[in-house]
Parts: sequence; structure tokens; C-alpha cells
Amino acid sequence: MPLGAYLTLAALVFAIGLFGVLTRRNAVGILLGIELMLNAVNINLVAFARFRTDLAGLIFTLFTISITVAEVAVGLAIVIVLFRVRRTVEADHLDLLRG
Amino acid sequence: MRTGSATLALIVLGLPFASFLLLALVRRLRRSAGAAAGVSITAIAGALVAAILDFRTAVPREPTQSPSTTWAWLPGDGGPMATVGVMVDDLSLTMLLLVTLVSLLVQVYSWAYLHDEPRPSLGRYYAYHSLFAFSMLGLVLAPNFLQMFIFWELVGLCSYLLIGYWYDRPSAARAAVKAFWITKLGDLGFVAGIVMLWSATGTFDFWTLFSMGTMGTLPVELLPCIMFLIYLGAVGKSAQFPLHIWLPDAMEGPTPVSALIHAATMVTAGVFLVNRAFPLFRLTPDVLVLVAWVGAFTALLAASMACVDDDIKRVLAYSTVSQLGLMMAAAGAAAPEAGFMHLVVHGVFKALLFLGAGVVIHVFHTNDVFRMGGLRPWPWTWLPFVVATLALAGVWPLPGFYTKEAILAGVLHAHLTLPFLMLALTSLLTSFYMFRVVFLAFFARPHGHAHTPHVPWLMDYVCRLLAALTLAIGFRMAFFGEHHEGPGWLPAFSLTLAGAGFVLTWAMYHRRVVDPARVAAALWPIDALARRRYFLDAIFAGLYRWVLLTFARLIGWTDRYLVDGVLNVLSAWTLRAGDRVRGLQTGLPQDYVYGVALGVLLLFVLAQWSLR
Repeated sequence: MPLGAYLTLAALVFAIGLFGVLTRRNAVGILLGIELMLNAVNINLVAFARFRTDLAGLIFTLFTISITVAEVAVGLAIVIVLFRVRRTVEADHLDLLRG
Repeated sequence: MRTGSATLALIVLGLPFASFLLLALVRRLRRSAGAAAGVSITAIAGALVAAILDFRTAVPREPTQSPSTTWAWLPGDGGPMATVGVMVDDLSLTMLLLVTLVSLLVQVYSWAYLHDEPRPSLGRYYAYHSLFAFSMLGLVLAPNFLQMFIFWELVGLCSYLLIGYWYDRPSAARAAVKAFWITKLGDLGFVAGIVMLWSATGTFDFWTLFSMGTMGTLPVELLPCIMFLIYLGAVGKSAQFPLHIWLPDAMEGPTPVSALIHAATMVTAGVFLVNRAFPLFRLTPDVLVLVAWVGAFTALLAASMACVDDDIKRVLAYSTVSQLGLMMAAAGAAAPEAGFMHLVVHGVFKALLFLGAGVVIHVFHTNDVFRMGGLRPWPWTWLPFVVATLALAGVWPLPGFYTKEAILAGVLHAHLTLPFLMLALTSLLTSFYMFRVVFLAFFARPHGHAHTPHVPWLMDYVCRLLAALTLAIGFRMAFFGEHHEGPGWLPAFSLTLAGAGFVLTWAMYHRRVVDPARVAAALWPIDALARRRYFLDAIFAGLYRWVLLTFARLIGWTDRYLVDGVLNVLSAWTLRAGDRVRGLQTGLPQDYVYGVALGVLLLFVLAQWSLR
């Protein structure tokens, strides 16, 4: 398959993730969307590594995956604390910063 | 021309300063009046001894040799910008003697005069006196304009403090403030003149300036303006028209203070300044003519006001203004040495007049001459006063006769005919108002007061000493002094004037063959004007109220509504704009993500655009 196919897939996954982030009301859903966006980037990195025969991209991906894991851990922790404090994880109600 | 020892001059200067520091810093000493007076009087007596020594050991000097001893003060490029030091020449040596002598006598006299004052405030009084002596001595010793200005302001401060000595009296507090502000008005000109002189020549030093004057390297086109501004300082300090209005009010202070500061020493600082800077004034004949005219006019104006006042101290104050005008006229007529001689002898007998007035005030507990009288059986209460009166009226062989004659001769010599006539009339009026006071305060029929007046011996002896001194100076001038060149008819003329004044008073206030009220009615326009002080106080008050306060209100309005207004409008707009924009901040995380995503999209579009 050509490089373009991989990149199209990545763009699609990214767009779906962004759509999820913007439209989901649940904080956990938003986190899932973010995961999708990150993985779209990973697809890009791997695809470029493969087509340019450059190992740096693969290693970079490994780093990204581990950082993603950490990010999810922190994100979920925030969601749990948020739930404890506000008794909700609906994004519509989390507007403490409103001007 | 002689020059004295700078060390002795510094001792003269240092003793009162040490006394002031001691009294100001050691609270206990200040609050125990006796010790405070002791310290102050000892210091000034020491200063007097040092001044006498310096005067007697002064050595002749070459006309080109500088009498100044200076030390660098403000460092500058290529030599110090300003120096401090002492200038010990004939002028300052004579002033040292006068200032220390009168200060000493007045401080001794004050001890008796103010004996019923609360102890702590008496200590304060002596601290002020020491500060005053220091400042006045510093003024006369100053070798440059800058140092002189500093001491000039210090004596102004002392004058303020001592006029307001009874600060719980509203009239005294007001008089102190008035004296301070009116003299400050003149000082503005003085400081501007000094600064202009410095920027034009690069020096404050008298001696350097005098040498530049002889060599002709002074900036001629600027000099009249500069000297006029410097003269303004003298106008304020020496109570010349129109800034003379503070001096009569300054009589709110204790009588010894009036004797020392507002008769003998501080008010003569202006005349001293003109004398000190005379080599510069000589180069500006226009300013000198102005000085002479203003001086003569002031003399006449003040003399006319003295004729109608009932307050003995105010009469003396107007008399001081009048005599200062005379001295200024002498300086203006290019006869400064005559004016200076008058300054010195006037310092002695005017101090005596005030101290003598203090005696009668002490006896009658009033300043009103119409409520005094009946002192004829006790000659020691009036004899010194009469001696001083004769000296002031210019009767042979008392000192006033010679100095006034010299001044009149000088004015005549300078072809200032109208000022000469004004001064002649002033002489007549001087004799008139002084004998009026003598007849009313001492010899009038008593007002149910027959018992022996109680006069503290200290006050009595100070007056006797000053009277003896006046007589001694007069006799010395009469029999050993060189006589001033003038027209031969002048001595007879001035004696006639004095005699005419005496006869007039004698007829009006002693024999009462002429009714004073009818004389006043005959001269009603002048009488009415003089009684209202020629409306000058009212004019100044009006200027203050209508011009200055209106201006201040205008400035206040501008500040409140224009300057503040712009800022207020700006801040209001900022607030409203913020109010409008705050709606953008929803606080919802997803809206921010929208913003970021849209922003990134926009960047992409822009990047595409520029790539193409």
C-alpha cells in the first residue's frame, strides 16, 4: 500500500478523535477522543519510519505510547477527583473558569 | 581696608552654634530656663569678646588682596563649584560687633522681660536666639552668594519662629506666617538672581565677582536684570515698598525680639546685601536709581503711617521701615558707606528704643500710647528712650545727626532732587512721630496711675548701657570723626527739620494748643489713607484672595476634571470593553478546544496560501 493510504487513515482517525473531543459530554469520552488523536500521530510516525527506513520514527512511537499511558493515568485521576468534588463528569457543567 | 583673623571669625560663628546645638539636643538643659539662658548668654558674650578681639587685631590689606578664607565645598570640574568660608573685612567686622553686642544685650534683657514665661518655653526662646545669632553672623561673614543665601533663609526661619513665639495667639501665628511668606516672595527673586549670576559667570564668590567687575569681564547685558532680582531679596528682607507690610505685623513677637531682629539686625540684612554687593550694583546705575527712589518712597510712606498709629511698637516698626528706606536710598545714591554707618548706629539706638518701649509696656501692660503717661518723676524710665529719640531725630551731637546728614548729602550729590525732598520730609516726620510717642507715653497726664513703676534692674541697666553707648558714639563722631563733605547749609537744614517736628509735636501733644484732631481733619486724605495703611494690606489680601486663590481654584478644577477626567473616561471604557469581551470566556473546556482547533486550521490555510 502507498504512503498516502496510511496518512489518510491517520487523518481520519485524528478527525474522528477531534470530533469525539468536541462533541462528547462525558469527560471519559473526551479522554478517549484524545487517545485516538494521539494514535493517529503514532500511525503517521510508523508509516514514515517504514517508508523512509528510518528507525528513529519507531523509537519515537514507543516513547509516545508510554507518554500516552501516563497521560491517560493522570487524566483519569483528574476525572475521578473531579467527580468527587463536583459529583459530575459532564463537560457542560464544568465551567468554573467562566468569565 | 583691613582684614581680620578668620580663626577668630570662626570662633564668633561657632559659639552661638554650639550653644544652639546644646540647647536643641539636651532636652533637660532646654527645659530648665536658667541654665539655657546661661549657656546662650555665655556663648554670645564669648562671641562678642572674640569679635572685639578680631576688630582690634585686624590688619591693613592691599586693595587687591582677598579678605576671604574659603574651603572647597561642592566639587566640580576644574575647581570647586562652590566654597564655604568667612570674609573678614571692614563691613563684616563692624557687623560682627553690632550683631554680637545687640544680641548679648537683648538676651540679657529678655531674661527680665520674659521672667513670667513658663520655664520650658523660655528655654526654647533662648535656643532660637542662639540659632539666630549664628545665622546672622554667618550671613555677614559669608564670602559668596550661595552661603549668604543659606544663612539668609536661616535668619528668615528664626524670625518666623520668634514672631510666632506665642504661637497659641492666633494673631502672632498669622503674623509669623505673613512675615515668612512676604519675605519669601522677595527671596524668589534673590535665588533666581544668584542662579542667573552663576550661570553667567560660573562663580558665587564675591571677591571673584568684584575682580571680574574691575576687569570688565562681567556679562554687561545681563547684569541689570540679575542685580534687580538680587535687590528683590533685599526688598523683602529690609521691608521696602511694597513688601514692607510684614514688618508692622511682626511686632506680635516679644519686644526684645522686635528690638534684635526687626530693628537692629535681621531687617538690615537687605541693606547689608546691597552694601556687600555694591561693587556689582555700581555697574548697574539704572538699578541704583530704582533702589534710591524705592528707598526714599518707602521712608516717606512708612513715616506717614508712623504718625497716626497708637501702638508704640508699631510706630517703632514703621520708623524702622522708614530708616531702612533711608539706608537703601543712600546705597542707591552711590553712598553706601553713609547708609552703612546709619545701619550701625541705627542698630544701636533703635534697639534702645524698642527696649525702652519694652520698659513702658512692662509698666502699663499695654501697647497703646494713649493709655500711658505720668512717668516724669522717674527719669530712668524715660531718659534712655529720649536719648535714642534724639539720636533718631538727628539732633547734634548724637550719631543720627551725622549719618543722616551724610545720607542726605549723598542723595543730593547724586542729583536725586525729589528723593532728597522726600527724605527731608521724612526727617521732619521722624522727629514728629518720635516726640509724639515720647510726649504721650511718658509725659502725658497719668490715667489714675501714681505709684512708682516697677522696672526690673536688668532691663533698666541694659537701657542705660545702650543710651551711654549711643552718646559715646555720637560724641566720638562729633569730636573725632571726619565730617562728610556736603553743602554747608545741610546740617542747619536737617536740624531745622528735626526742630520743626519737635515743635509741632510739642504744640499738639504737650501744650495742646493745636488740636491733633483738627490737624488730622485738615490733612484728611493723607490721614485716612495712612490710618488704613494705604490699603496695601488690603491689596495684598485681595491679590491673595482673588488672584491667587482663583488661580489655585482653576488649577484644582483642571486637575480634578480635565486631568483626572481623561483617566476616569479611559478606565471606564476599559471596564466596559472588558465587560463586553468577558462573554467569550465560557469556561467550558470544549469551547477552548474548538478555539485551538479552529486556530490550527486557520494556520494551515494561511500556510497553504503562502506556499502557493
